[in-house]
Amino acid sequence: MKKILTVFSLLLSLCMAAQDNLDSLLNAGDNSPKKEYVNNAFKSTRVVMGQSMEMLGAGVLDFRILHRFGSVKNGFKDLFGLDVASMRMSFDYGVTRNLMVGVGRSTLKKELDVVAKYRVIQQSKGEKSFPASVLVVSGMIYNTSEWSDPTRKNYTTSRMSYYHQLIIGRKFSEGVTLQISPIFLHRNFVELTTDKNDMAAVGIGTRFRLSKRTAFIIDAFPIVYGARTNYNQVPISVGFDIETGGHVFQLHFSNARGMNERAFLAETTQKWTDTDFQFGFNLSRVFTIKKNKSASW
Amino acid sequence: MKKTIITALVFLSAISLNAQKYFTKNATITFVSKAPMETIEGTNKTTTAVIDATSGAIAFSVVVKGFVFDQQLLQQHFNENYMESDKFPKGEFKGSITNNAGVKYSTDGSYAVTVSGKLTIHGVTKDATSTGKITVSGGKISASSEFSITLSDYNISIPSVVKDKISKTVKITVNTGNMDKLK
Repeated sequence: MKKILTVFSLLLSLCMAAQDNLDSLLNAGDNSPKKEYVNNAFKSTRVVMGQSMEMLGAGVLDFRILHRFGSVKNGFKDLFGLDVASMRMSFDYGVTRNLMVGVGRSTLKKELDVVAKYRVIQQSKGEKSFPASVLVVSGMIYNTSEWSDPTRKNYTTSRMSYYHQLIIGRKFSEGVTLQISPIFLHRNFVELTTDKNDMAAVGIGTRFRLSKRTAFIIDAFPIVYGARTNYNQVPISVGFDIETGGHVFQLHFSNARGMNERAFLAETTQKWTDTDFQFGFNLSRVFTIKKNKSASW
Repeated sequence: MKKTIITALVFLSAISLNAQKYFTKNATITFVSKAPMETIEGTNKTTTAVIDATSGAIAFSVVVKGFVFDQQLLQQHFNENYMESDKFPKGEFKGSITNNAGVKYSTDGSYAVTVSGKLTIHGVTKDATSTGKITVSGGKISASSEFSITLSDYNISIPSVVKDKISKTVKITVNTGNMDKLK
């Protein structure tokens, strides 16, 4: 009899266990990805001036309108520079999630620019994770304005400048992102015989997220080689990313008026210390060209 | 006496062996937000679902980042701004089929069921009740349901700039597809 009872209770407990293990079944069916990519390190593909570690999704078109007003230093005379404006328009397209190509045009020197950005490694967590994103950027800038001196022999190649950039960035937390981006610029044609054709700078870009839809951003390019003394200044931009549904606004103050890599590296001559800087904004609007098919990991 | 007990035991063990569970990792959850200016739809095809036919217990678990949207930007905002999927990676439902006795898991047919339990979204757990359907066909079972939730109940706030683009309540459709019988 005792034996039977034991068997009975054993069976009963088996029964109970069967009821209880839905949870363990749910866990067994855990569909969480083993390796997860870190996304949204920056709100936009540019920190302010330079490229960020962020990419466009595959099949996404980004239309950007950039404005730089005049220097604030003249005060009311030109309404703190708002009477003056220089702009750049561009289209960037995400060919794949790791490759972006773009074309843009600036009013300053009527320059056309093309760019390709490729993400070699994306920051990830989980199995086989990698702590940072690594990207390479290459671009060309083509000056379409009239020759400054049409009487001399001018070469088409003199209109061209090239740049190559390496971006190493890490999103440390939801709130903080930092990237270092050494950049090399080559100008086929320079103003002075003493100017160097090559320039190099080490870009530093960072984002501090203030709320779900706003962030504080700093973008600076300390020049390490090729600067003309008493002429070239370190371009520094400081501002806010504001996201409103489909748009990202980047409102900022900067001593750089140029909006392509050649212009902001080689032609930033204003000094923050002389209160010589201007207000500007970048407006980004994305369009879905090809439907997205993949989840966010 | 002994014989009766043994019979009872055999009977019981037969029941316990019949404690049948159904399981899938590929259930689909779709949600639709219909607002005056925009209709937004997200789909997750990697939802885990479990049904215990004996007790009527039912559970779902979904990885929030597994929702896919046609527009990448919506997907990004869904994860970053609304669901905060880094902080709250999973959604969950745990409950039971209140009229489980009426479902014949071994007989082909479609059975209307009521399910009630606890729904966890965005880190907030609320009691939830919904009607649905369990379909038995050729020994295979699947379950489906459709219900609505109010976003503010789960602390998901909609900023006023996009109030014409995101509705306050969203319709959620759950479909398990054919579930595997667990041995």
